[in-house]
Amino acid sequence: MSKIGVFICHCGENISATVDVERVAREIGGMEGVAHAIDYKYMCSDPGQTFIKEAVKKYDLDGVVVGACSPRMHEPTFRRACAEAGLNPYLCEMANLREHCSWVHEKGEETTEKAIDLVKMLVEKVKKNNPLESIKVPVTKRALVIGGGIAGIQASLDIANTGHKVILIERDPSIGGHMSQLSETFPTLDCSQCILTPRMVEVAQHPNIKLYTYAELESLEGFIGNFTAKIRLKAKSVNYSTCTGCGACIQKCPVKKIPSEFNAGLGTRTAIYVPFPQAVPNKPVIDRVNCNYYKRGACKICEKTCQVGSIEWDKEDEIISEEVGAVVLATGFDVKGTDFFPEYGYGKYKDVLTGLQFERLASASGPTFGEIRRPSDGAIPKKIVFIACAGSRDPAKGIPYCSKICCMYTAKHAMLYQHKVHDGESTVFYMDIRAGGKNYEEFVRRAIEEDTVNYVRGRVARVYEKNGKLIVKGVDTLLGGEQVEIEADMVVLATAGVANCGSEQLAQKLHVSYDPYHFFAEAHPKLKPVETNTAGIFLAGACQAPKDIPETVGMASGAAVKVAALFSNNELVREPIIAVVNRLAPPLYSTCVGCFMCETACPYNAIEHEEIKARDGSLIRTIARVNSGLCQGCGTCVAFCRSKSIDIQGYTNEQVYAEVMSLLND
Amino acid sequence: MEHKGKITDLQSHTGVEVMRCYQCGKCTAGCVLATDMNFPPSYVMRLLQTGTKENYIKILGSNSIWLCLNCENCLGRCPMEIDIPKMMDYLRTQAIKENILHPDSKPIISFHRSFLDSIKYTGRLYELGLIAEFKARTFRVTQDLTIAPAMFLKGKLHLLPEKIKDRMTMKRIFAKTIENVKTENK
Amino acid sequence: MKIGFYPGCSLTGSSREYNESVVAIAKVLDIELTEINDWNCCGATAAHSMNEELSMSLPARIMAMAEKQGLTEVVVPCAACYNRLKVTQHDLKDETKRKRVSEILQLPYDGSIEIINVLQMLEKYGAENIKAKVTQPFAHKVACYYGCLLVRPHSILQFDRVEDPQSMDELIKVVGGTTIDWAFKTECCGGGFSVSRTDLVAKLSGNILEDAADRGAEALIVACPMCQSNLDMRRGAINKVIERPSDIPVIYITQAIGLALGIDAKELGLKRHFVTVEL
Ligand SMILES: Cc1cc2nc3c(=O)[nH]c(=O)nc-3n(C[C@H](O)[C@H](O)[C@H](O)COP(=O)(O)OP(=O)(O)OC[C@H]3O[C@@H](n4cnc5c(N)ncnc54)[C@H](O)[C@@H]3O)c2cc1C
Ligand code: SF4
Ligand code: SF4
Ligand code: SF4
Ligand code: SF4
Repeated sequence: MSKIGVFICHCGENISATVDVERVAREIGGMEGVAHAIDYKYMCSDPGQTFIKEAVKKYDLDGVVVGACSPRMHEPTFRRACAEAGLNPYLCEMANLREHCSWVHEKGEETTEKAIDLVKMLVEKVKKNNPLESIKVPVTKRALVIGGGIAGIQASLDIANTGHKVILIERDPSIGGHMSQLSETFPTLDCSQCILTPRMVEVAQHPNIKLYTYAELESLEGFIGNFTAKIRLKAKSVNYSTCTGCGACIQKCPVKKIPSEFNAGLGTRTAIYVPFPQAVPNKPVIDRVNCNYYKRGACKICEKTCQVGSIEWDKEDEIISEEVGAVVLATGFDVKGTDFFPEYGYGKYKDVLTGLQFERLASASGPTFGEIRRPSDGAIPKKIVFIACAGSRDPAKGIPYCSKICCMYTAKHAMLYQHKVHDGESTVFYMDIRAGGKNYEEFVRRAIEEDTVNYVRGRVARVYEKNGKLIVKGVDTLLGGEQVEIEADMVVLATAGVANCGSEQLAQKLHVSYDPYHFFAEAHPKLKPVETNTAGIFLAGACQAPKDIPETVGMASGAAVKVAALFSNNELVREPIIAVVNRLAPPLYSTCVGCFMCETACPYNAIEHEEIKARDGSLIRTIARVNSGLCQGCGTCVAFCRSKSIDIQGYTNEQVYAEVMSLLND
Repeated sequence: MEHKGKITDLQSHTGVEVMRCYQCGKCTAGCVLATDMNFPPSYVMRLLQTGTKENYIKILGSNSIWLCLNCENCLGRCPMEIDIPKMMDYLRTQAIKENILHPDSKPIISFHRSFLDSIKYTGRLYELGLIAEFKARTFRVTQDLTIAPAMFLKGKLHLLPEKIKDRMTMKRIFAKTIENVKTENK
Repeated sequence: MKIGFYPGCSLTGSSREYNESVVAIAKVLDIELTEINDWNCCGATAAHSMNEELSMSLPARIMAMAEKQGLTEVVVPCAACYNRLKVTQHDLKDETKRKRVSEILQLPYDGSIEIINVLQMLEKYGAENIKAKVTQPFAHKVACYYGCLLVRPHSILQFDRVEDPQSMDELIKVVGGTTIDWAFKTECCGGGFSVSRTDLVAKLSGNILEDAADRGAEALIVACPMCQSNLDMRRGAINKVIERPSDIPVIYITQAIGLALGIDAKELGLKRHFVTVEL
């Protein structure tokens, strides 16, 4: 017969004020299989724990039930106490007499009876508990960071500085992301390149960071602490171990009119190119789509120019495999192009730009060397209109959310324009100004008050071109809806920040969830902002939602700490509350019939196929097996299994029945 | 609560959720007649959002609802896809029902009535009859004095109305809809 | 090609030339038009400004008649009628509304008929087929004006782009013309206010004509009798309010195509316009 110890806590008066705790202890003490039952003012206190430990030894208990607060609060406390007294911690259970009973009911007979029932259920359950061992998984202490924008750069550096190895993969030929394209940054107006470039170089030189540019994730398998990443190294057509980065080939390449991605289409580049002068690594790749040789089989001028013979024509994409213990996703965001806006000309007007294009115009490294000039005719615009919320907060366009960064960068753009074009007139059409952040509101006020930017509250219905001017049809809603028409020389749309292209496919490869707009989803909106639903995969930066640099960097450091914390263990200890498929002696092996319904049901891909083989190696049966590293114990498979072959350890069907039956047997 | 009640009422009659309007003004910015209206379309939406009787009567008595051409520029561009023209249709019928009519409504209602009369009796539009009736209703005897004869000369006006055969159905349609007061506010 | 045909009131009266040109090009293109029997007026703006049920019942009768006649596809050249028919068809997807309207009409209505405008009919016929029949290329620089009713509400009509539509421009190019890129393609001309508020029509139509003229259009091409009569018949009133009085003609797309197909100006009704057409 079982020897169960029951310990009822008063929780000060939290429980005892409404529940007759003495009666609970008394009645439970009379239950079959209960060897010892007491009540005490604070079971969680030192003396309280000592009572438990002593009772375990004295009565040789094989199960403990503590009737107290929520297990979320003190289950670890009481399980530890039991373990110290030599009892398997999973033989200790808690009945929640506080949140589930005393706090939610009036004082009275019925309340006490409910408390008795709650304890009784757990006594019956504990009788069926089996000792469990926590699961230990080894940890590969190397991180994979995907995306080399400021988020990926920061996360890589922070992890590398804790002494762990990092593999950073970047899709483009250089790291840097959007930040490398920005002119000056709000709210301090410091030059973006100047603060970013040193970090980019640090990444390239860090002994703990292995950088793969022009690379993408092919697949990721495994589980927390034990992932295998397959990485596609796209053929650069240039041998980086010999290339000196002299740039002679770039000078000579005859294909010169390719719109430059770095300059957001405002400048051009060659087919063999380095995206921008400060690129890391500062070595070229050949864009095979536009290269004469790959297109038509002739040219090879770069090969002739190259002094060290670095051009590799026949190089193919290479797939490499890396073992990592954690992944940081930092693939950033994208912005909508002007072609997304029918009412602003479907992108057909050259002088209607996106905010990102304006950054390039305002940047000293840009196509106009920092002078604000119209792409159409090179003239300096005397009247400029900025349209905020272009596409954002626009359910009709499928983007109901606020892109968060545009209010601030629009104020910055108007300010930069006023600084550069002294006799210029700038107007900002806005719906609300969202300037929450340190020194942000002050920054916007400065634009309005000191730089005399004309802020008009209202959306713009349309923009059209006439006689070389862009006619902007707006409204001032603060004047009761007065129409405002401006003949502008340039219009800048603060276009919505959206998920990067390919983010959905990437999320599927990694089994992380994403929101309806394809931004990656955090595990908890408040308390787990850098975790994903998949253990061991973390988020940093604008791939989770549009955000500015300070927030991106903060998040990246947060993700890095999570990785470092994970790597501080040699092994991962996990609760054994996971699914198991039963195993029986031959010739049965298991009641599992191998239908693999569980496999289709499991959201974490934790079901594996196990082949049962005879001595001679011939296959007897294939049955399901749960990968204990991947299983999160959600129990979905249990509900799906038709032959009832799967159970969640610690919550087996038998245990739950026992609890329910204890209520019915009264 | 008066406010909530009015707003739900509007929604049940038109399907338009006025509370969704966030007052961006894009409708007004693109409305071809906003400057001629007492209240531009976004302002009409704001007045409706207050849900007060006072503001509702203000709208019914304004020329905005009569000048709206149902061109749907506003709806086409509204980020919240608010069907202002549909709301305007409804407000017009309500203004007639409550008999709160801005002077600008007179010629417009007269025109619509003359137009509908013509269809009711013949099934088709009898343009000459329409013009004559419109003039009689509005006392604008001299209007279009030159256009009508010119139209006639260019073969653009029938002297006699064209009539469809199934005029019974036409009569029934009118009797069961616009002449049936119960359906007026449907 | 065989297709049902709903002319609507304007095409039998003040916009006869639209009807004439539709019929004339249909003949040359071998398109057989079958008019709906005993059709009635769609009710236009007047009906839906005054009463919702009336505004659905009138178009519903037209479509019910067409169904009775066994037509499956009907071309509606008048943009106003096209719009009313399409919108009614959409509204009557609602069960209660459909029941109510059937009760009023006492005619079966199932809403299965495909309603298309004249541009869609020509697109269906095929650009290549039209091109093959062009005898006198329409070598003019014109502004295609679509107005409101062909393109809005986009969610229901699903025709062309909401802003800056292209289908008419494409057809003009097929018959040898060039089209200007301009700003008033879909701005309202004043619609049903022609008679009741001529002043407003003059202002709105004036803006349209000025922009087209400023950009060097020789003519405005339209597909809506309301737009045509506002811009053409009301030219006197318009010219009083705009700075530079304008004499650009306003012709139907079917007339432009008709000219290219070598059809006589008179047969196309080009003599019926108020502003003289010399193209
Ligand atoms: C016009 C404009 C002006 C701005 N101005 C300011 C400002 O003044 N101040 C400020 O604080 N913030 C500003 N921002 C915001 C700033 O750009 C972002 O906060 C920052 O770039 C976010 O960094 P990130 O690394 O998360 O994303 P990104 O900069 O987008 O970097 C993502 C990186 O991941 C790479 N990548 C994407 N997909 C993959 C993949 N599948 N595999 C491998 N690599 C991939 C990309 O190539 C890129 O290098 C501005 C933004 C815009 C659009
Ligand atoms: S081979 Fe290609 S990359 Fe090299 S110079 Fe020619 S076009 Fe440029
Ligand atoms: S318990 Fe959940 S996570 Fe574990 S194997 Fe079953 S379905 Fe997958
Ligand atoms: S455009 Fe739409 S949301 Fe904006 S003010 Fe008008 S009705 Fe409201
Ligand atoms: S439908 Fe009415 S309110 Fe809307 S833009 Fe046209 S005229 Fe203005």
